[in-house]
This record gives sequence, C-alpha cells and structure tokens, in this order.
Amino acid sequence: MLSDEVRKSSLEQTGHHGGSWLSPAEVMNKISGLVLSLRTPGWWWVGLMVSGVLALGLFFLIVRLLQVGVGLWALNTPIIWGVDITNFIFWIGIGHAGTLISAVLYLFRQQWRTSLSRLSETMTIFALAVAGLWPIFHTGRPWLALWLTPYPNTLGLNPQWRSPLVWDVFAISTYLLVSLLFWFMGLVPDIAALRDRAKHPFAKLMYGLLSLGWRGEATHWQRYHTATFLLAALSTPLVISVHSIVGLDFAVGLVGGWHQSVFPPYFVAGAVFSGLAMVLLIALPLRAAFKLHDYIKMDYLESAAKVMLVTGLLVGYGYLMEAFAPYYAGHKDEVALFNDRASGFYAPAFWTMVTFNVVISQLLWFKAVRRSPFFLSVISIFVLIGMWLERFVIIVTSLYAQRLSSMWNPQIFGPWDYATALLPFGLFFTLLLLFIRFLPMLPIFETQEMVAEGHD
Amino acid sequence: MSNDMKNRHEHTHHQAPHHNGHDDHHHDHGHDHDHDHDHAHGHGHHHHHASQTQGRKVRKQWRSLSEMAEQPGFEELLEKEYPRQAAAFAQGGFDRRTFLKLMGSALALVGVNGCTTRPPAEQVIPYVQNPEELVPGRPVFYASTLALGGFGSGVLIETHEGRPLRLEGNPRHPATLGASDVFIQAAILDMYNPDRSTIVTQQGTPATWEEFTAAWSAAMAALPADGSGLAVLTESTSSPTLLAQLAALQAKYSGARWYQHDPVQDGTVEAGARMAFDRNVNTVYRLAAADVILTLDADLLGTMPGSLRYAREFAERRRVRTNAGPVSMSRVYAVECTPTTTGSVADHRLPLRPSEIELFARALAQALGVSVGGSVAEIPWDAAWFDGVVADLQANPGRSLVAVGRQQPPVVQALGHAINAALGNVGATVVYTEPVLSEATADLRALVQDSATGAVQALLILGGNPVYTAPADVDLAGALATMPFSAHLSLFQDETSAVTTWHLPQTHFVEEWSDARSYDGAASIVQPPISPLYEAVRSAHEVLALALEDTRDGYEIVRSTWEGQLAAEDFEAAWGRALNLGVIENSSFAPVDVAVRGDFAAALPATPSAASGLEVIFRPDAKLWDGRFAGNSWLLELPAPITKLCWDNAALVSPTTAVALGVNTESVIALDVAGRTLDVPVWVLPGQADDVITLSLGYGHTAGAEVGIGAGFNAYALRPSTGLWQVAGATAAATAGTYKLVTTQRRYEADLGDPIQVVTLQQYMEDPEHLLHTEHHAPISLLQEFVYDDYAWGMAIDLNACIGCNACVLACQTENNIPTVGKDQIGLSREMYWLRVDRYYEGELENPKTYFQPVPCMQCENAPCEVVCPVQATVHSDEGLNQMVYNRCVGTRYCSANCPYGVRRFNFKNYVDDAGILIDLRNPDVTVRPKGVMEKCTYCTQRISAARIAAKVEGRTVHDGEIVPACAGACPTQAIVFGDMNDANSRVAQLKAQPQHYPLLGDIQTKPRTTYLARFSNPNEAIDGTES
Repeated sequence: MLSDEVRKSSLEQTGHHGGSWLSPAEVMNKISGLVLSLRTPGWWWVGLMVSGVLALGLFFLIVRLLQVGVGLWALNTPIIWGVDITNFIFWIGIGHAGTLISAVLYLFRQQWRTSLSRLSETMTIFALAVAGLWPIFHTGRPWLALWLTPYPNTLGLNPQWRSPLVWDVFAISTYLLVSLLFWFMGLVPDIAALRDRAKHPFAKLMYGLLSLGWRGEATHWQRYHTATFLLAALSTPLVISVHSIVGLDFAVGLVGGWHQSVFPPYFVAGAVFSGLAMVLLIALPLRAAFKLHDYIKMDYLESAAKVMLVTGLLVGYGYLMEAFAPYYAGHKDEVALFNDRASGFYAPAFWTMVTFNVVISQLLWFKAVRRSPFFLSVISIFVLIGMWLERFVIIVTSLYAQRLSSMWNPQIFGPWDYATALLPFGLFFTLLLLFIRFLPMLPIFETQEMVAEGHD
Repeated sequence: MSNDMKNRHEHTHHQAPHHNGHDDHHHDHGHDHDHDHDHAHGHGHHHHHASQTQGRKVRKQWRSLSEMAEQPGFEELLEKEYPRQAAAFAQGGFDRRTFLKLMGSALALVGVNGCTTRPPAEQVIPYVQNPEELVPGRPVFYASTLALGGFGSGVLIETHEGRPLRLEGNPRHPATLGASDVFIQAAILDMYNPDRSTIVTQQGTPATWEEFTAAWSAAMAALPADGSGLAVLTESTSSPTLLAQLAALQAKYSGARWYQHDPVQDGTVEAGARMAFDRNVNTVYRLAAADVILTLDADLLGTMPGSLRYAREFAERRRVRTNAGPVSMSRVYAVECTPTTTGSVADHRLPLRPSEIELFARALAQALGVSVGGSVAEIPWDAAWFDGVVADLQANPGRSLVAVGRQQPPVVQALGHAINAALGNVGATVVYTEPVLSEATADLRALVQDSATGAVQALLILGGNPVYTAPADVDLAGALATMPFSAHLSLFQDETSAVTTWHLPQTHFVEEWSDARSYDGAASIVQPPISPLYEAVRSAHEVLALALEDTRDGYEIVRSTWEGQLAAEDFEAAWGRALNLGVIENSSFAPVDVAVRGDFAAALPATPSAASGLEVIFRPDAKLWDGRFAGNSWLLELPAPITKLCWDNAALVSPTTAVALGVNTESVIALDVAGRTLDVPVWVLPGQADDVITLSLGYGHTAGAEVGIGAGFNAYALRPSTGLWQVAGATAAATAGTYKLVTTQRRYEADLGDPIQVVTLQQYMEDPEHLLHTEHHAPISLLQEFVYDDYAWGMAIDLNACIGCNACVLACQTENNIPTVGKDQIGLSREMYWLRVDRYYEGELENPKTYFQPVPCMQCENAPCEVVCPVQATVHSDEGLNQMVYNRCVGTRYCSANCPYGVRRFNFKNYVDDAGILIDLRNPDVTVRPKGVMEKCTYCTQRISAARIAAKVEGRTVHDGEIVPACAGACPTQAIVFGDMNDANSRVAQLKAQPQHYPLLGDIQTKPRTTYLARFSNPNEAIDGTES
C-alpha cells in the first residue's frame, strides 16, 4: 500500500481531478465515526421526530383503512384505483435507481457510483418497504392477500396466472429478496469494522452478531467479490423486469390509455428518473450535514444528474408516444381519451406532470445547474412530484374518460387521499434516519479500496 | 309490555334457523348464543322501562335518536351490542345509513312491540301453485293489490318461509299484466321500515287502542245523535269496501261528513269529463289500436293510471321483427312542458309552456273541426310541426288517439275528449266507463272552512298525510290545532300525526285485507300473506268499523263486501278463486256511451292568452309519488328516470332559462309563487320548456321516516289551491347559495353509434341488412373458443321498447339484496346497482332526442375481468356466465378497472344493514356481500339454478321462458329477454338474429352475451325536415 504522500503526488502528476486527498485510514475514521460517535446531531432528532410523527400517522391511516375499508379514499366506480396504486408505482420506481447504481453501474465499473451506492441501495430497500404496503392494503380484504401466492391449500386452488397482479407478486418479492441480500452482503465487512471499533458493549454485541463472523480473511474477500458480482448480475435484469411488469399491469388492461406497448420501457425509464431524483435529494443534505464533500464529490453528483437528464428525455419520449399512438392509429376513442387528459377535468395534473418532468429537467443540460446542490435539490423535488403525478394521470385519467360517457365520474381527492400520498414519506425517512445513525451510510471498504487504487 | 317482551323471545327462538346463517352442525351453539343475546336485550329493556316510568309520564316512542339516547342505560346497551355503531353515535354525527342501522338495532334492543312475520289467522290462498305444505327454500306467491292514487294494480307477493320479500306484477291483472313499476317493486320496504309507527299515541304520548276507543266514544257522545260534527277525511279511493263503509257511516249518522283530499287525483280529470260530457266518466285508452298518438302533457307510459298496461300496448305497436309478419310501428307525438319518459320515446316532441298547451289544444280542436268558440290568435309553436300532426291525425280517424295529462286543466281535458270524438276514436282507441274513483262531496278547503265554523268536531283521517300535502293556502294544521278530537291513521308518525290529537298506526298493505279497482274498473282483493308485523296496527277498514260499532275484523269486512257481489252460487269457491287469481273475473267496467254535449263550445271558458314570465308546474314524483314513499330508501336513492337525480328533487329549468336567471345546476334560487317563497336548487334539464320550472311533489319532509326527513324540497309549500298543477307569474331570484345534488350520470354527451344505435323505420324497410351505423368485422382471434354443451345463456335488450322507467333497476335491487348507499356515497359515484339505465341525449339541448339503455353485466365471452383477477374470483361458467365468487374475492378491483362497461360494483365500505328488522327482507337465495368484495349482475343465477334443478328433477331441459331474471320480469314493455342461445328457437336467439341487433362496444371483441336491439324512430317526414 502506498503512503499517503506518494499517492498524493502521483495524483497530482496524473492531473486527477478532485480537491482533496484521503487516506484509507481517514475514510475509515470518518465513516465509522459518523456511526460510532455518541453525539447525535440536533437536526437528526428533529428529522426523526417529524418523520416519526408522519410514520405514526401512516400507521393510524392503515388502522382506519382496515376499519372503514378502501372507501376511505375517494375511489369510485369506475376509477377504482387512485392514491393507493399511484403510491405503489411511485415508491417501487424510487427503488430502481438504487439497484441501477449498485448493480448496473457496478458491472459497468462506473467509479462515481461508489460513494452513492450504499445510500441508494438503502433507499431501494426502504422504498420497497413503503411500496409493498400498497399492493396489500389497497385490496378490499388485505387479510386475504395471501391468496395471491401459490401456497398449498386443500382446494388445490392456485392464483390466476394470467393476471399481471400475480406477476407483480413474484417480480416484487424476488426484487426485494435480491436487493436485501445485496445490500446486507455489502454491509457485512463494514459492520465488522464497526464491531472492531465500537466501544459500547451493546454496540459491540449487535455489530458482532450482524457481521456474521467476518474476519477480513482473503478467502472472505474472494467469496465476497464473487458473490457481489453474482448478485449484481442477478439484480441487473431485475431493474428492467420489475417495472416492466408493473407497466404490464396497465398495458395488459383493456382500458384506453393503458393498453400501450410503450409502457414497460417507459415505466423503467420513469422509475430510474424518479429514483435518481430521490438519491440526489437524500445525498445532498447528508453531504452538507456531515461534510462529505470529499466522499460524495460534485463530479459524482453531476454524473447522476446526467443519467437523470437522459431518463427524463426517455420519459418525455414516452409522453410523446402516448400522444402519438392514438392519433397515428386514428382510433377515435383513444384520441378522445388523450384529448380529455390534456384538456379535460384532469388537465391541470397532466400539464403539471409534463412541466415538472420534461420541461424543468431540461435545465440539467447546463453544467452549472448539474453542479449546483441547490438546483439539483429543487429539480429533484419537482421530478418527484411530477413522477407521482405521472402515475396518477395514467391511472385516474384513463379510468375516468372511458368510452361510455355515462361512466364518467371524476375522483376528487379528500383529506385521506392527501394523507395517503404524504404519510409514506414519514415511514421512508424514519427508516433512513435510523439507518444513517446506526449503519455506515457510505461503503467503507469500497471507498477505501477506491482511495487505495487511486480513483477518487 | 312484558307480554310483548315474551313474544319477542319466542319469536327470536322460532326465527333463528332462518336468519342466523348457521348450518345444522352449528345450530345448537348458535341458538344458545342467540338466547344469551335475548337476555341482554331483555335486561336492557326492563332497565329502560323502569327509568321511563319513574318520570312523570311515559312519553311517546322515541322519535329521534337523541331522545332515545337520553334514556339511562341506552348507551351502555348500545356499546355492548353494537360497539361499532355506538362509536359513531357517540360522535354525534351519523349519516342516514348509520341512522337506519341504529334505528334497526334500536328496535331490536327496545322491543316494545315484538315484530314477527306470522301467517294470518284467516285462510289465505296462495297464487297458482297450492303446495300441501310450505316447502322450505321455495317461495310461495300470494296475489294482492297495491293501490296508488286510488287505482289498484294487481301484484304477487313472493314469500320465503313466511316472509314477504318481493312484489311483482300479477300476470292475470289487467293493469299490470305481470309487469311492475318502481312503486310495486319498492313498496315492500315500507313494511319493514324500522321507523314505522307501531303504537297508538295521544298527542305524542303512548296509548292503547282501548284508550282510543274510550276517547272516541266520549267524543261521539258529545255530538248530536245524528253525528253532526263527525267527519272522515280520506284519500281518493276505489275500494268497494271502503266506499260501502263510508256509505254505512253516512247512513248511520246522517250528519257525518266525508271529505276527500288527494294531492294527485284532485278532481281535475273529473271536471274535464263533466265539461265535455256533462257527466263523470273514467277514460281508458287502447294504445294497441292506435296508429297515431298525440299526448298533451300526458305521461302516458309513466305516471298515469294504467301506465303499465299502456306501456305494454305501446311496446307491442313499436316492435320491429323480421319474423313476425308485416312491419309497422305506431307514431307518437308528445307535447309537454317537462321531459317525461313518454316524451323521451316519442317520435316527435314539442316542448311548450303550460299556458300554451291549452292554446295548442284549442288550435288542434279547431283544425280538426271541433267548434271551440273563438280562435287562437297567435301560435307560439312550429307551424309545420302542428300541421304535420293535424294531417297525421286526420289521416288516421278511428286509429288515432289524443291523450291529455291529468294535470292539465279541465278545459284541455274536455278538448281532448272532443277531439277524440271528432276523430272517431271513441270506442276504438278511447273507451269511457263508469268512474272508478270515489268522489266525495267536499275537499280539504271545505274541511278547513267547516272546522272554522265548528261544523267539524271529531275528525278521522284515514291514511294520507294531508297536513303535508295540503295546498299552501289551506291551513289544515291550524284547523286541526283547534279541533277537539282528531285521529290520524298512518304508517309513520308524520306531519299530520304531529297535529292531530290521536295518531293510529296503520297496517302496510301487505299486512291488511282490502280491495281496489284498477284503471279499467277491474276489482281485486288486497290479501295479506302475513299477520301485521306489529300488534297495534289497524287498517282503515278496521278503524272505520270502530266508528260503525262493527266488531268484525278487516278480513270479515272485506269478505262481506263481496259476499253480495261475487256472482256465484258457491261463494267460498268464488272467493277462493278471487284470492287465488288476484283479480275478480269479468269485473272490468263495461264501456258506457257518452256524447260530447251539444253546448260544448259554450261550456268552454274564454280563450286565454299565453302567460308571460316564469311558470311553475307541480308533478307527482316519479319516485316518491305524492310523498308517501319518502321513507323508502330504495326509492329515494333510485336515479330519477330523466334527470338521474338521487335523494333530492330540484327546480328543473331549461338551459336557456338557467342562463337567463344566471344560475346553474346546484345554484339555489329563491322561488316566489304568489307570495310564497321556497329556496330550492336548480337542475338544468335539456328538453325542458323555457321559462318553466318543474317541482316534483313529495320531498322536504319534516316528520315521518328518518331517511326522508330533509331529503329534497317541499313543493307543497308553494302549491296554491288555485293552481295545483301550474301557476303563472312566478319569479325566481338567484341566491348566493348552492346545494349539493347527486346523480348517477354526470354527462350528457352521447357518441351515437357507439352505445346507442338509432335507426328509422324507413331505413329498415329499405335495407335491413345495412341498418347499423357501425359494422365491426371480427378480426381473427387467437383465443380458444369456449364450447357449451348444454345451455349458453344470453340476454337481448330492445332499446326500442325501453322507456327508462327504472322498474328493472329496483327489481334487481330487491331480488339481489343490493344495498342502498346513501347520498354521500352516491356523490362519490359508489352506487351499487347491478343494472343501471343510462340516458343519452342527441341534438340540441333545447329539445334533444332522449335515449335509454339498461346496462347489466354483459357476461362477455372474452371477459376482460376474468383474465386480470389474480385469485380466480371471477370465472367463466360452463353455461357462459361470468361468475363472481364472493368468498374468493380479495378486492384488488382490477376486474372493475378492466371492464369497459363499468358494470362491476365494489363494496368500498360496509353497505349492508347488519342489524334489525331489515334482515328479514333479504332474499335467502342471494349471498349478502361484505365490505371489500366486488359484485355484479349474475343474470339472477339463483333463478337459473332453481330452473335447472327443477328441469333435472323432471328429466327434461329448461324450456324457453322458464327462467326470468328479475329485471326481465319487471319490465313493463318486455324489453329484456333472457334465454338459451344454444336453442335456435328461443326468443333470445331469435332476437339476436334480427338485423338491428348489436353488441355494446363490439369493436373490442369482448363478445358480450347481453346485446341490444337498436332504437327505432318512425318520424313524420312532413315534420322531420323542419326539425333540427
């Protein structure tokens, strides 16, 4: 291992960008110190309180939901889905950026992903936890949700395999399982390091249990790298498949506005788009709060912003296709549906969606914007709102403007719907805050490795 | 009271096997459980009772929940028994639905009057089939009669294990021919209404019949011996028994007076007959014989006496079939002020202001050669339209018909008679008979005047709710307030009960013996399949018997009426036959010869000029009639035929008038009629005549059944006795307020050719093979076709016959235990109807064509719902039905999302009334669906199963017409036909072979089994060119 001085000088000679020089020891001290420090920052407590209250609100909402039924929401016939499925698709989409960063970019050896990978993987897990609530609790009788799985029963009754909802069950549970394994495996060496450095006996015990006996032997590392590679290879198709299948939930349907072949790729692009926005929205404040500028470098954020720009363009292409297909096919009902979307009852939602997702993200063409934490945060917020609305528009406006005009009954959100849209963020951020307090938010060994290998 | 309690205990034990839902294995356990509950009720009750009597005096029955809640121990009880409802109650806020539940549970808890369904003590004869004994699980039908506005309609009462569940028309009765209207379908709910009055009260205080009898005797003793001061107020009636009793009363007490008040049958028609013929006659139309029909503000197919029969005859003359001989269709012209179902199916419709209708009638009479003494100077309508009608009528003498609505003034009625006479229609399309309805000598106005002079000291009000239905300028409440003795017999503690000294609880017609005559005079018996649910209720006959000092019960009184009249040696056999058939044979009145009086022109009043300004018209409501059904949640929730408005009425105005007034739908206007004002929300209605505001009667109750209180706006508050049906010179001012109105159909637009195919008779004659607007060529399908070895059920709905009357909607609701959901849920578009009637408009909103389309489940061959259900809860049966497995449904609602027809219904909340007496109303053959489950039309699968089983037992196949779904059975025009599509000779297969047959949204290849026959029109070419 090179000494720090040598490494610094070699970097200067190669003209490698980056403003500061880190040693593996500094990396270890910094990242583990964030966790092992006994001083908890005040903003963390405030954040936990706010998000914790929201998470409790979500708990209360679900209790109420079980009491009253899904009539709690503004659902009607025929708009039988609303905030529930919008939430589901939104949150499952959020998870996608995590897998993209940790698996796909890993395989492509994109170094900029390293510092963001732990946060985004964690985000994936928690977003899936939030997303997973809705397929269960959106049903009229959530206590029977087990019936969507092929469990052995005396009736010999299986799920109905042609239903995309059954495909969802498998796609999502596989995704959750693989993501969880990938995330936890990456954590094992880091947890072992925490175990070794922790002072508090309880912390030592907990980290000791979680580190699964990791001793940092060469065989451990060899197996670790093999497993990482395998899981990355396994995760990569999942990035495509999960949201494709979610897209099929709609594309398989007979509903005008759903029945479109562009949906699977369009959904994947949208998922990555919103997921990256969420990654940025998490990374930027943490970077500032914990002074991680040397770890989460502006170059890395800029790379993420570039991917966001590209996926944003893909989403824009999807919107264009949604408009083009009905006109090209000349199907008058599809045209009528698109016209209603753009000029009817839900036109404000549609145009807000277009503006937030397609128009505002064009700012990312500018380097100054891409390198501005402020602009990135603001754009990310717009994109998140826009992508939530995209799912709302797809679900609600398609079910609204159906072919028999006698069925046109607008769904107008009430307080419970707004609460349902908002409160999951509480659960998500509660989990995230707990994570950054108790587990390393950056991958210690990967960062060390990168530092040691001279990439930073 | 303790006796009642005992009865209740016994009743619960007895009834437990029927409705606790346990099967035999669990029964013992369930029984014990019930038993415990009963004790809980019992203790609660005694506690309650004791606390009541400790007070100064026992008050009346609990009129409101808050009153009930004041009773100590109630909350505790409620909490114990119904923790869920108790929470809602504690909050203070509850919707109507919760209220109904609470009232139901309250009844069960309090149990002052044990309620039970028991067979009556008298011998009653089941209809058609005479089972030796009751077969459990099989319904038994009893014939009876529902009288509305005095006119009787023959019905069959379907009972399951002694519980009356449904009413259907009696096929043998001339007024119904087996069909139903919404009143027939919904009437049963009133009997089970938890808010029904169950005890006698004296000025609100619970009392007994003994106390009432004593008070009555005392009141009579105070009167002179000839009964001067005694008065009876009835609704209009055709009941021979009631008329005989009234005659007997007047014979017994020469000083007794009989007043009559009916807000709908108000004597206008009779006055018109007198003006034309100088005598009163009853008018019967024969639509089957009419080629050209002109209606003058007559809702011939909707709310007139005989409408059900007329609808059948109308549909028969409009039917176009390739395999039924030469094709012809009658032609209908409708002149009307406000859209009706009749106007909706007319070939030509002309909206006119009410004051213009008389001008139209005069001009028409004149054009047809009737002398009317003075001509109409200015013609405010389309001359070509008028000339076309005149020519068409003239071309069809003896085969034409001019029908006048009952709300038109006598002069228009008289002109209608004269025109029909001039056209030679009398005896062919119009028949006159002796009057069917009673005519009292005095009306409500006279009653108020007489009570002011002290001429009325003791008043018996037999049914009705006259304080509520009285014209605004007749202060009956004031008169009753000063009257020493008054008693009101009614189903509910209503507005009238509140101001009479006594309230007497009335039997529901399903519980009583009576009789009635139909629109053509045919008499039939009102036969109860059960004893009254409550001990204290009495029929009008029994109350009159009290006044007559007649000790017989209702059965004996009615029977004795007919003892002298049934022309048979063996009275028992004849009586049995009358009960069995549900109609007294050959009792329809014979035609009478009447001639238009010679001085006809002189008898007519002078020609008025058309009124200016706003005119207000009052109409019986298509759902609540005169308000008597205001406690009926089925009818309250039912979408009105034209407006699709639920739970309220509104001021109907035309789009042009709405613009002129600066208002829109839901804007509240202050409506001023002759100095009386009413704040009422506006509903903008295409096809309404300009400057006309329609108010339907029957809403805005302040007392009575809880569901009806506060629903809608009370039109009686504006209705003057001088203008019961139409008033000119009204003013309307926009206010800042709005009022939430809820409807099941929010859009006007129709994309014709898609949902509704409309063709003309001429197109059909010329080229039946290329009739339809769109023809879909089926693409090659990769899907495997289903094979049906036995039956392949299907349905065809003839849009040309549908008149949008809603009978099918209610029939489906009653048959299939479909809950009402309340106004707030309708506002969220969560109605639960398995069958809806869509209404589409075509053309200018001033006078659009209106089309109706009943939409049940399409039972698609390639059902989009089936493939997306993740748990196989909706599956294809081997008879082609798309079945819903409630138990398996987890409620993802994907099936509903994927249904292009929007026919699936989801239980977003718990919509089931799970407490109280309403449970007794459920059809035991149909599962009650819980919260979180999808449901939809099943083609009445329970009836299919019953027929299949019956056929199997007899070793045959189900024959065509054996299975009648509830909607098809109720339909007055037989527009809905169900049957086996595998049988090429079945009616449904024949209909599906017609050239006008088409599937809804056929291009998406769902291959529906429910398909439609196009709507036809038969326009007069002379007019058609000039209409938009």
